[in-house]
This record gives sequence, C-alpha cells and structure tokens, in this order.
Amino acid sequence: MKLRTVEEKLFQLLMIAATILIVTSLVVILVTVLVKGLPALRLSMITQIPKGGFYLGKEGGILNAILGSFYLAGGATILAILISLPIVIYFNVYASKGSVFVNLCRFSLDVLWGVPSIVFGAFGFTIMLFFGLRASLLGGIIAVALLILPVMSRAMDEVVKMVPRDLLNASYSLGATRLETSVKVVVRQALPGILTAVLIAFGRGIGDAASVIFTAGFTDAIPTSLMRPAATLPLAIFFQLGTPFPEVQERAYASALVLTIMILVISIVSRILTRSFTKHVIK
Amino acid sequence: MHLIRGLQDKLARISMLALALFAGLLVFLMAFGLFLRSRPILDSIPLMELLLSSSWHPLKGEFGLFPFLTGTVWVTGVSIVIAVPFSLLCAMYLAEYAPVSIREWVKPLVDLLAGIPSVVYGICGVLIIIPLIKDHLAPLFGSFSTGYSVLAGGVVLAVMVFPIIIHVCLEVFASVPYEVREASLALGATRWQTTKKVVLRKAMPGILAAFVLGLSRAFGETMAVLMVAGNVARVPRSLLDPAYPLPALIANNYGEMMSVPLYDSALLLASLLLLVVVLFFNVLSRLVLIRIERGIQ
Amino acid sequence: MEYKAHIRVRNLSVSYGTEQALKDVTVDLPEKKITAIIGPSGCGKTTLLKSFNRLIDAVDGIKVQGEVYLNGDNIYGPGIDVTHLRQKMGLLSQRPYPLPMSIYDNVAYGPRIHGIRKRRRLKEIVEHYLRESSLWDEVKDRLHTPASSLSVGQQQRLCLARGLAVEPEIILGDEPTSALDPTASQRIEEKFLQLKAKYTIVVVTHILRQAIRLADYVVFMYLGQLIEHGPARKVFENPQEELTRGYIKGVIV
Repeated sequence: MKLRTVEEKLFQLLMIAATILIVTSLVVILVTVLVKGLPALRLSMITQIPKGGFYLGKEGGILNAILGSFYLAGGATILAILISLPIVIYFNVYASKGSVFVNLCRFSLDVLWGVPSIVFGAFGFTIMLFFGLRASLLGGIIAVALLILPVMSRAMDEVVKMVPRDLLNASYSLGATRLETSVKVVVRQALPGILTAVLIAFGRGIGDAASVIFTAGFTDAIPTSLMRPAATLPLAIFFQLGTPFPEVQERAYASALVLTIMILVISIVSRILTRSFTKHVIK
Repeated sequence: MHLIRGLQDKLARISMLALALFAGLLVFLMAFGLFLRSRPILDSIPLMELLLSSSWHPLKGEFGLFPFLTGTVWVTGVSIVIAVPFSLLCAMYLAEYAPVSIREWVKPLVDLLAGIPSVVYGICGVLIIIPLIKDHLAPLFGSFSTGYSVLAGGVVLAVMVFPIIIHVCLEVFASVPYEVREASLALGATRWQTTKKVVLRKAMPGILAAFVLGLSRAFGETMAVLMVAGNVARVPRSLLDPAYPLPALIANNYGEMMSVPLYDSALLLASLLLLVVVLFFNVLSRLVLIRIERGIQ
Repeated sequence: MEYKAHIRVRNLSVSYGTEQALKDVTVDLPEKKITAIIGPSGCGKTTLLKSFNRLIDAVDGIKVQGEVYLNGDNIYGPGIDVTHLRQKMGLLSQRPYPLPMSIYDNVAYGPRIHGIRKRRRLKEIVEHYLRESSLWDEVKDRLHTPASSLSVGQQQRLCLARGLAVEPEIILGDEPTSALDPTASQRIEEKFLQLKAKYTIVVVTHILRQAIRLADYVVFMYLGQLIEHGPARKVFENPQEELTRGYIKGVIV
C-alpha cells in the first residue's frame, strides 16, 4: 500500500521535472539569444546591406538577408496558398466523403510533412537543373513553397473539415454552385483557421535554411528580380557564425535575435488574428 | 447565365483535381527526380560499396558514405535516447495530471519551441552545449574534446524533437476514452497505476509512432547538426567524437559539387537515401496513427 | 376537394449503401398548399424532402431510382441543371444556418449569384424579403452586422428571407422550428400560413400538433414506406391505415 503511494509521488515528480526541463529549454534558448544578441544589435544592422569586408568585421548590415527572407518566404507562401487552397476545397467540397483518392492524398501530404528540408532543397535543385535555372529567388521560392505545402494544406484541411455540411447545403439550396459556395461561404467560415495555417507556413518558410542553401544562393545585394540570387536570414546567420572573427560572430547572434523576434511576432500575430477574424463565423 | 456558372464549376473541379493529384504524387516525383540524378554514380559504383566504404575522397572519385551514415545514426540515436523519456513524461503530465491552467500555458510554449528556426537551435548549441562539453564534461572523463561532437548534436536534436513527440503523444492520449480511466480509478487504482497500466498500454502503438516521427525528424535535420556535430568524415567511436551526419554533408558541399565529376550525383544520392529512410519511418508511423484515429470514430 | 399537383413523385426508392431509406414512394404534392410529411424518426421524411432539391446527391453511396416531376420535368432526368433546380426551392433546415457574412449579404447572396449586380436593386430586394419574413423592423438599423449576432429565431427568419430572395416556387422545411423556442416557432408557423398564398410549402415535422395546425395535405411515412396520404382533415379524423391511427393516437413514436 505504501509502495504504491511512493511510486505515485515519484512519477508525478519526474513528470513535473520533465515538463519544467522542456519549458526551461525554451526559456534558455530565448534568453541566450537575447543576452548574446542584444549587445551586438545595432540599428545599422537592419537598415544597411553588407559593405565591403562585412564578413571580416567591417561596416554594414543584413538588410539584404532580412528583405531576401521576406521576399522568399512571402513568394513561397503565396505560391503554397495557390496550391493548398484549391486542394483543400477539392478534399472537402468537391470530392465525396470517404473518397479513397482524397485519403491517399492526405496520407501523402502527412508523409511529405516529415521529409527533411534539405531533401526539398536537393529536389528543388534537380528541378532547377531540369529547367536550366541558376540559384535564384525563384528557385528558392519553389523549394520553400514545396516545403511548406504539407504544413499549410493539412492545417487548412483540418479547419475546412469543420465547416458544417448544413452550411454548404444552405448555400446549395439557394442555387449556388460548389465553386461559389467554396469561395463565398467555406473560405469565409474557415478564414481564421486559414490565416493561422498561412502564418504557420510563413514562419516555417522564413526560418528554414537547408532548403534554400542550394536553390536561392546568397548575395550581398537586395534581390531585384526573380532570376537573381537572394540572401536569407538563416543563411546569413550561418555564414557569419562560420567566420573566425569574434565581431562577425557577435553579429550572427544579433541576426539570430532578429530572426527569433520575427518568429515570435508571427506567432503572436497569428493568435491575435485568429481571435479577431471570428466575427462572421457561424457556430 | 447558369450555363457559364456550371462551366466555371467544372473547370474549377478539374484544376483542383489536378493540383490534388500533384500534391499526392509529389513524394514520388521527388524520389524519382533524385533517383534520376543519382543514376550516374549508381552506374559507376555499386550501391553496396557506396554505403559500406569509409573512403570519402571526391577528387579521387571515391564516395564512401559509411562515415556519414554512422554519424547520422549516432546523432539520431543519442537524441532519441534523451528525447523519449522527457517528452513522454511531459506529455503524460500534460494529458493526465496537469490542471487545465497549466496545460493551457505549457502547450503554446511547446508549439513555440517547434517554431524556432534550426539555425537558432544551432547557435544556442554552439553557445551553451559546446562549452559545457569541452570545459566540464570531457575533462570529467579525462579526455579531450572540442565540444563539437555526437553528444552536442544529440542534445540539440533532442530539444528540437521534444515538441513533435509531445504533440503527437497528446493527441494519442486524447484518443483514449475517458471511461477507460474512470473504470480503472473506480477499481481503486491510483492515478499513476491507471496511467501506467491502462492509458499507456492503450496508447502504446501511438506513442511508438510518435517516437518514430521524432526519430525521422532528427534523422533529416540539417542546419543545427551541421553547426554543432564537428563534421569530420570519420566513423565516430564515442559520444565525444565528432560526427559528420548525412544532411550536414549535403548542405556543406553544395558549393563545390558542380566542379568535381560525380560529386553532385553522390550528394543527390545521399538526399535520396535520406528521403527513402524518412519515408519508411513516416509511412509506418502514419499508418499506426490513422488506425488510432479510426478507432475513435 | 381537388388539388393541382406541383411535385409528383413516382416510384421513388433511395438507398444508402445497403440501407433502404425510401421504398417505392409515389405521391402528388399540391400546389400552393402546406403539405406536412409526418412519421416517427428514421422513417425517411427528411430523405424524401431532400430528394426534391437533390441535396441527397452529396451523400455517400447514395442510389436513387424512380422519378420526381416538377412542373412536368423529371428532376432526376438527364440534362437537368441542379443549381437551377435548387434555386426554385427554398430550404429551411432544422437549425438555422446563416452564411458567415452580414445580415444584408445573407439575403443578397442568392440574387448576386444569379446575376443581379445593381446596388439599388439589391437593396430593394433585401428590404422586401426581410419585410416578407417579418424581420425588417428588428434589423433595419444593423443590416451590416454579422448574421451570427442574431438570436436563433431571428436567424431562422433570416434564412427564410434568404431563401425567398431567389424567388423560389416551393419552400421546403426540414423540422424548421425544432431549434426554436415556442414564440419563435409560432412566428414561423404564422409566416407559413401567410406564404402559402404564393408558394407551395412542404414541411417535415415530428410534432403532430404542428402538422394539425399547419397542414392542408398530409403524408405519413413509416420505415421508408409511404403509408397514407391525403387531405389533412381526412387523414387526421379518419385515417384508413392501422399504422396511421396508431401514430396519431401516440401509440407509435
């Protein structure tokens, strides 16, 4: 009888300890980035592009990488929306419920979700070889769009699935086609969830480095065309950390702080958006 | 009027179907694309030799992947050994014990952990784990290490897979009907006994699937590992030895691969290997999870 | 009393997979009258109703045999435009399902889809049908607030206005008052009694008293079969079938 209680207490303690450790690891990461990054952070870092000898510790900033990441993740997100939204509407409005094809597609997307980003990069690279493209913003956008496609489409799928069947029927019985119903009713009803899915995907796109390493290249200039290479923030961090100069490494910490803040802001904004876009949603 | 609308609807249906087909086949497309590009090296060197040879000298045309494969296995293994107990305990706490207020606080934090970019993990590994190993852990065992090692890679990866395992485990726990717990508690079992003998047993396949999903994420993770594992093309002998995992190899050599014959083919073969292994793990665990999901309905 | 048939059902059988929901139903529903479809739950009432505007098409593994004629055309025949057919029938479901948009846009949704773009015209339509469903006075000052902010009873009347705005010939009600409180139910019933001057109304209900209050014509279903149909007074006062008698007396629930 007593052993039982001891075991109960022991495991409860272990569980709480594990939970604290995991939360602590998040706190440690955030604090480390803040403590190491803040002293090295200068306004010039986010308003200037690298000047000559930047990676040797000279003047300049990482505006090229910040903008490059935004262009790249933004482009990829738009491309991924253009693919995900129709797919999800097909799954939930057009296809018959329990369709084998749809379930196979969902399965395939789930599996794709687990494929490492470096493999998306390598695949993007083979596509570019196929079309004779060089490392460019466009190449990066394609690789990242494919990378975030499963995240986005499955997250959207989960919310669109929740749209009540009777709401669709209400629209059908007014003589609306499935397309009209999808665009005007389904998307509006699921809008908060769709926005969240888009932001999650955007966050994943902006933070990923392995998929763009082959495909987007790197440059000190701000990209001016889809065919030009583009710098990205995660790669800028990686390269700065890789130099042997402490002052450049410190800039890497500062850049990591910028990236982390961006991710935090995206995460918070998605929470706020989710709340404020619910006014039309039918419960 | 409604003729045009009907036509629009049909056109939309066809294009949506085409996109769905594309998404559904993307995995195969990727495997096929990478396979085509790996053909040159597979044609000139037998696969077994590529996998089992330790000699990596691209300039001499030798592409032995064995050190990288073992590096990946070591790092992934360490990360799973660390991640499994902690994430399972944490998931059990959140699902079975924690008051709602704590659960509502911890869950978003775990999600946030999942959203942190891998370079940031890498930087934190360099700043915290590496000095810890170099200055404290290695001397403790009387050996020297730069800190860039299997252990460092494993620890960083473990933190990265926490959120995945916890997330999936929570879903699996939620699928165990509440009545089952009540039945056990009504028989006089303690909470832990109920969790251990009833919930865990019922959830076991799903928990294993969660582990395998975490494992496959660790297997393919690139940037963070690249930054802390040391990247020496030798088969690691101990936790404190450096390792050169497969993804790090691919990412590190993209610059020169086009100038050495067969180099690009070797790296794309390495990507294909990653893809195949990860697909195997993912298909397996997803099948288990689908079974569980069906069970609820 | 002779009725002019509006919907004619001929040998209609519907099955989901192996389960047969309707068995060989043949009946004529009169024009500009209220027809009540009654019967215990699971008897196929709703299936019969939804077969009129082909909403059952979307159900998995559904098989439909037989014919349903609307104005002489078989709606299950080839070359029938389903969206056009549905436009002719307004539907009120068990729970009101306003669309996720403003009150105004809910009513304007149908007309817009069917090609009306002029704002003045749309405004007139919205006002007209909101008045028609006695909702105008309650919402005229907040037409652009979300429909989800209305009470359930108001939402159901909004759904009625929305349905009427596509100018249907027929109103289908699938237990339209089951989610409403007694006052709100009464308003819907009153509305139906007024509307039957212009529309053919078909209501599924499991409330016998409601059927007695509303119906001119009654269809009694039991386990997917049509047991008895005829003018309301005749069916209620002098049922021919044993099953009907049992249901009306409350023996079969």
